[in-house]
Amino acid sequence: MYTQGLDQKSDAVDPQRDDEVRLRQFQARIDQEEKIEAKDWMPDAYRKTLIRQISQHAHSEIVGMLPEGNWITRAPTLRRKAILLAKVQDEAGHGLYLYSAAETLGVSRDELIDQMLTGKAKYSSIFNYPTLTWADIGAIGWLVDGAAIMNQIPLCRCSYGPYARAMVRVCKEESFHQRQGYEIMLTLSRGSDEQIRMAQDALNRWWWPSLMMFGPGDADSKHSAQSMAWKIKRFSNDELRQKFVDVTVPQADYIGLKMPDPDLRKNDETGHYKYGEIDWEEFMQVLAGNGPCNRERLESRQHAHAEGQWVRDAATAYAEKQAARQAAA
Amino acid sequence: MTTRNQSSCDESEMELFSYLLRLGDNALILGQQLGASVGKGPELEEEMALANFALDYIGQARLFFGLAAEIEGKGRNEDDLAFLRDGIDFTNVLLVEQPNGDFAQTIARQFFFESFYLLQLRALRHSENSKLAEIAAKAGKEIQYHLRHTQQWLVRLGDGTVESHRRMQAGVDRLWQYTGELFEIDDLDRWAIDAGIGADLAEIRQTWLAEIKSAFVEATLEMPAGEWMAGGGKQGRHSEHLGYLLADLQFLQRAYPGAAW
Ligand SMILES: [Fe+2]
Ligand SMILES: [Fe+2]
Repeated sequence: MYTQGLDQKSDAVDPQRDDEVRLRQFQARIDQEEKIEAKDWMPDAYRKTLIRQISQHAHSEIVGMLPEGNWITRAPTLRRKAILLAKVQDEAGHGLYLYSAAETLGVSRDELIDQMLTGKAKYSSIFNYPTLTWADIGAIGWLVDGAAIMNQIPLCRCSYGPYARAMVRVCKEESFHQRQGYEIMLTLSRGSDEQIRMAQDALNRWWWPSLMMFGPGDADSKHSAQSMAWKIKRFSNDELRQKFVDVTVPQADYIGLKMPDPDLRKNDETGHYKYGEIDWEEFMQVLAGNGPCNRERLESRQHAHAEGQWVRDAATAYAEKQAARQAAA
Repeated sequence: MTTRNQSSCDESEMELFSYLLRLGDNALILGQQLGASVGKGPELEEEMALANFALDYIGQARLFFGLAAEIEGKGRNEDDLAFLRDGIDFTNVLLVEQPNGDFAQTIARQFFFESFYLLQLRALRHSENSKLAEIAAKAGKEIQYHLRHTQQWLVRLGDGTVESHRRMQAGVDRLWQYTGELFEIDDLDRWAIDAGIGADLAEIRQTWLAEIKSAFVEATLEMPAGEWMAGGGKQGRHSEHLGYLLADLQFLQRAYPGAAW
């Protein structure tokens, strides 16, 4: 998930619709691990939480194409170029399934995209960081897709059927991306001094933002309890972050790269790595629009959308003409 | 006598190598152009299509270069051919190096090229060189799909709104001058035709023209009137666009010579 486990202000909920008996029956279904489907009754708040989470996730897939797309023309070998193109194509596909999953909840893709373009909807703040060298493409695959998988695997069991099924498909591809990213880092780490420096620099820049992908610490994460009860969320932000750290630190060791965290220690009793303090001020700033690339990312999407308007209009006009011709025939 | 046979065999290998490079260069440059348009598409489905088509072209370039390198037998590989040659050594047609422009210009370029390329690949399926024939068969399937997609856009834009019609017409008018080179037969093409290796471009041209005309009728577009045709790409005489494209493409290989990626 690229939704950052972030609890935003809840949208207004219609209390009339959520009468108590239905609520109890609904919760009972969830407790029995039944899947909720699009046509089933659901509380308004459940619907809204899902729309927000799924659309944030979809926007992240789409905006996430930009930092990686930045290196398509400069990929160092034809093989790497092909792999990167395939990855970016996958991410567009993830965006498409996720928008479709959100649409089952009674909202249109156009509406959702409009919310993203006007800055009303969030996307994962990780994509507001720049890709400065080729090693960043490795670091994104390894760390960003790696963190996404940690979040998304539990979502394959999410109570909402269409979202859970979309995640099964997405997860398979994300784990592919993670391996390919790590393989780029591995290759660089066995390369020249310049390549090793490039890889270490990318890790230095992407490590902390990757940890921030899991969202605020549990103490500051107010609405998680409800999402847990609804089985939209299965693990807390800190639990997922810890899993990610535990898996990733040995991977860095293996390729001889150093985590940019002087406080990182393995606790031999628990087997977990204890990591240093995350700079939440930086996180809040990026979220507030002050990351290194927030403006560029949004402008790129807005520009493509505006430039594409006449194309979409033409497609609509042509479809209407065709329909009229068929009706006349 | 033996020496002569040997040398004529080497010569024909050099010809085949050059012929494969041309095919690979077209695919690589077009793949690079489409790759640059990712993130700029008019809608999400189109973003996916652009990335997918770029991927197909890069895949085809790898196959052509791989075979070329093998035939050359000097230890060069696909990446050496893609990343370590300068502009004057590239032999792609001028059409594929023309900028993406607006979406109509992208579609015009793709339509002109792919309608030609599909016919070329179909002819190459019967090449005397069986490896080339195999690559052509595989690539042909991909390009057939691209062309269907591209032609649908040509028609939608041509017969869409007043604005899209104007842009589509401007796109095809702008690029028409680069279509002549597709069918120009030089010594290398002549060699390839005579050896049963390459496609007969004169034969293809008639079919191509008929297909273009019928697509233009459906798209309510006028056939471009210009008679003058640009050329030179196949001989390494390019437009200024190619240099910038190669600067991006080759940056890492040039900046870190000999590094493995
Ligand atoms: Fe994804
Ligand atoms: Fe991914």
